[in-house]
Amino acid sequence: MMITVTVNGERHSHDVEPRLLLVHFLRDVVGLTGTHWGCDTSNCGACVVWLDDTPVKSCTALAVMADGRTVRTVEGLERDGELDPVQRGFMECHGLQCGFCTPGMMMTSRWLLDRNPDPSEEEIREALSGQLCRCTGYENIVRSVRWAAENPADDSTEASQEVSPS
Amino acid sequence: MSAPVHPRSAPTAPGRAIGADLPRVDARAKVTGTATYAFEYPVPHPAYLHPVQATIARGRLTRIDTTAAEALDGVRAVLWHGNAPRLRATDNAELAVLQSDQVFYRGQVVAAVIADTPEAARQAARLVRLDYDQQPHDVDLSPHRGDLYAPKDDHDQGDLEAAMAGAEHALDATYTTPMLHATPIEPHTTTAVWDDSGLTLYESTQGAHFARQELAPLLDLDPQRIQIIAPYVGGGFGSKGPLHAPTVLTVLAARAMFGRPVKLALTRRHMFDQVGYRSPTIQRIRLAANAQGRLSGIGMDATVQTARLAEFIEEATGPTESMYAAPHRHIALRAAELDAAVPGWIRGPGQCPGMFGPEVAMDELAQACGLDPIDLRLRNDPDHDPATGKPFSSRNLAACLREGARRFGWHDRDPAPGTRLVQGWYVGTGVAASRYPVVPPAGPSEATVRHLHDGHYEVHIGAADIGTGAWTVLTQIAADALGAGVQDVQVRIGDTALPEASVAGGSTGTMSWGSTIVAAARAFRDRHGTAPAPGAEASAPLPDNPATEQFAMAAFGAQFAEVHIHADTGEIRVPRLLGAFAAGRIINPRTARSQLIGGMTMGLSMALHEQSIMDPRFGHVVNCDLAEYHIATNADVADIQAHWIDEEDPHVNPLGAKGIGEIGIVGTAAAVANAAHHATGVRVRDLPLTLDHFLG
Ligand code: FES
Ligand code: FES
Repeated sequence: MMITVTVNGERHSHDVEPRLLLVHFLRDVVGLTGTHWGCDTSNCGACVVWLDDTPVKSCTALAVMADGRTVRTVEGLERDGELDPVQRGFMECHGLQCGFCTPGMMMTSRWLLDRNPDPSEEEIREALSGQLCRCTGYENIVRSVRWAAENPADDSTEASQEVSPS
Repeated sequence: MSAPVHPRSAPTAPGRAIGADLPRVDARAKVTGTATYAFEYPVPHPAYLHPVQATIARGRLTRIDTTAAEALDGVRAVLWHGNAPRLRATDNAELAVLQSDQVFYRGQVVAAVIADTPEAARQAARLVRLDYDQQPHDVDLSPHRGDLYAPKDDHDQGDLEAAMAGAEHALDATYTTPMLHATPIEPHTTTAVWDDSGLTLYESTQGAHFARQELAPLLDLDPQRIQIIAPYVGGGFGSKGPLHAPTVLTVLAARAMFGRPVKLALTRRHMFDQVGYRSPTIQRIRLAANAQGRLSGIGMDATVQTARLAEFIEEATGPTESMYAAPHRHIALRAAELDAAVPGWIRGPGQCPGMFGPEVAMDELAQACGLDPIDLRLRNDPDHDPATGKPFSSRNLAACLREGARRFGWHDRDPAPGTRLVQGWYVGTGVAASRYPVVPPAGPSEATVRHLHDGHYEVHIGAADIGTGAWTVLTQIAADALGAGVQDVQVRIGDTALPEASVAGGSTGTMSWGSTIVAAARAFRDRHGTAPAPGAEASAPLPDNPATEQFAMAAFGAQFAEVHIHADTGEIRVPRLLGAFAAGRIINPRTARSQLIGGMTMGLSMALHEQSIMDPRFGHVVNCDLAEYHIATNADVADIQAHWIDEEDPHVNPLGAKGIGEIGIVGTAAAVANAAHHATGVRVRDLPLTLDHFLG
């Protein structure tokens, strides 16, 4: 089946099997391997990307469901060579060890901050409740998101609106 | 060589890198999604592999029908013992995949499909028909089995029975820990390319050289013709230490597909029967003490399981041998050989489960003696290692207990259990000791220092950073050893093209690779002086440390927990965890704190949630995914703190550093169980502390 998906602002048209999962489409067909795959049961959240403007577990979506829509992945967080504050927060606050859960954590965090620029620790934990980290104990992840809230990029609201076709 | 280099770190002044709170060097690659884990190396036109697993726990394959699988579009081959390439060495039977018709456990790989897409491979795997000659299996672990054997010598001293009989206080209780799985978030993956130049593996491994050393004799291949590349690993926790069957399977498939890359990503389900697990443990603990709480007798009889396919022993008695002294001791380990998957390394092997029973027993004894549990431990803190009689190079358990107590606010604790009900929740606090020994590294290490130009250096060592921060701390160690700033040093790791390094295991990485780098830097200065030419280089191996013969060496710690248990529902929350550790010199407080807190969180997870449940009728783990095997989530973790005391240990190694990767998980579950008892008066001796323990 022929599908066209706009990934991080670039259109990708491919003939894919209907059973192909979105995560494998992104990783193996489009070649964006920053989105990870950690389970088969929609539990770990390593695979979170935005489908249009909503975070989804891309292991639980089919590629064909993204036809005609936009996807934003970890590779699309950076703007004009500038790291997103969430990315800088995870670097500053040691919000990662192995880094495998990190892309998914950051995608949900960016979504949270776009809607709630000053989230409490509780709200951050709630937003990330569908995502697992085996390394860090979560504490630094929460601090990383707080850091991003306290150090927003000047144009962060504008940037997020560009990719949110509401 | 493909080991990546990283952008230059935040600068440090020469000689000031160790101890600096440096951000990790690999952070940028990981937050931009450019870090390439093993499955993510672009290889041309790969084929994909999917295993077919035995559905019986013991027997023999009588027929394998691959017709339907082979007829599926995109399928290239179905491998099984009748057509798979032969392995040269099969003495490690766990790795002898597809070499015989024997089935040793349910879930064993008995065939594999190679196809053009992962979807086709997975679909075809389900179409392979297996017929068996099935035999009855046995997966029941019990200390009363008649066929238990002693995998190591018993430790006997004095007469424990007599000590128990004559003691003022005697405790005899049995504790259990369940089967546990390492569960890194990156499932094990392998990309294998076998062509005229030899074998190239992109592998999620804790030790590229270690893996190569195991693989080469199996394949009868010159190790120089095998390259293993693993700069980024998505967590390991032991399961990615030794080689496991799926890697060998992928290599066999790559040989069958000569020239075409083959990729295997284990599914989460495979992670429960292919890559090892922590054996369940049954621990009978006996303690005899006088009225003042001085131990006169210590007993531990631990039972663990191993596999009929291959032996792996969880040395659960290890910590008791060295923890507390008594004139009468009996410590014995027994193992049962079951028709189950082969156990393996999981963070803190032996130490982690082996501290649960004893440290809960100490809490019970403290209560019986009417002593504070910290006081009981202080009264029994030995000045020589009870196992070997050697002096400790440093033992600061007492300092950890005191410092932790001070920070946690232990001093005005009311010892009575089950008396603090706050808004419907019983509140309690508990403590337990931690310990992790300094063990010899698995495998040799060597490092090379090369001067690029103008005081910029590269340091090469085939080490692994599985998330620990090794890449960062080795950069710090190298910078100080060379008298340079970290901005002037690039460390390359994670590739067998680099000098050989030991596996990331036993919390030995920083000590052994770091000491090797220090030696290489010395060799470099000896040879090239302080004004080296561009391209000058020198190498050195890990030096011997004669002090390991003279001293007993271990890191110690104390863990404190506050637990709330709902009076009506039994729901258990842990609002506070605090650890105080003595682990020698801390190279980087940022990565160290994260390691310790990560370990404590895994200990919390073990206390509250984790258990792999074996169905004895079929012989497999039934809760084999992350929906049913629960690990700690964000909501489980509240205030969690790790502190350390300044510890100078001149004997342990030139850096004065002990390992910190594992001690954080040791003792945590006991502290939580002890706090749960203090909260409710209910003594739980079986992990995990599920709410049913507290109901009724
Ligand atoms: S891979 Fe999607 S939730 Fe785990
Ligand atoms: S950093 Fe390893 S899983 Fe989160």
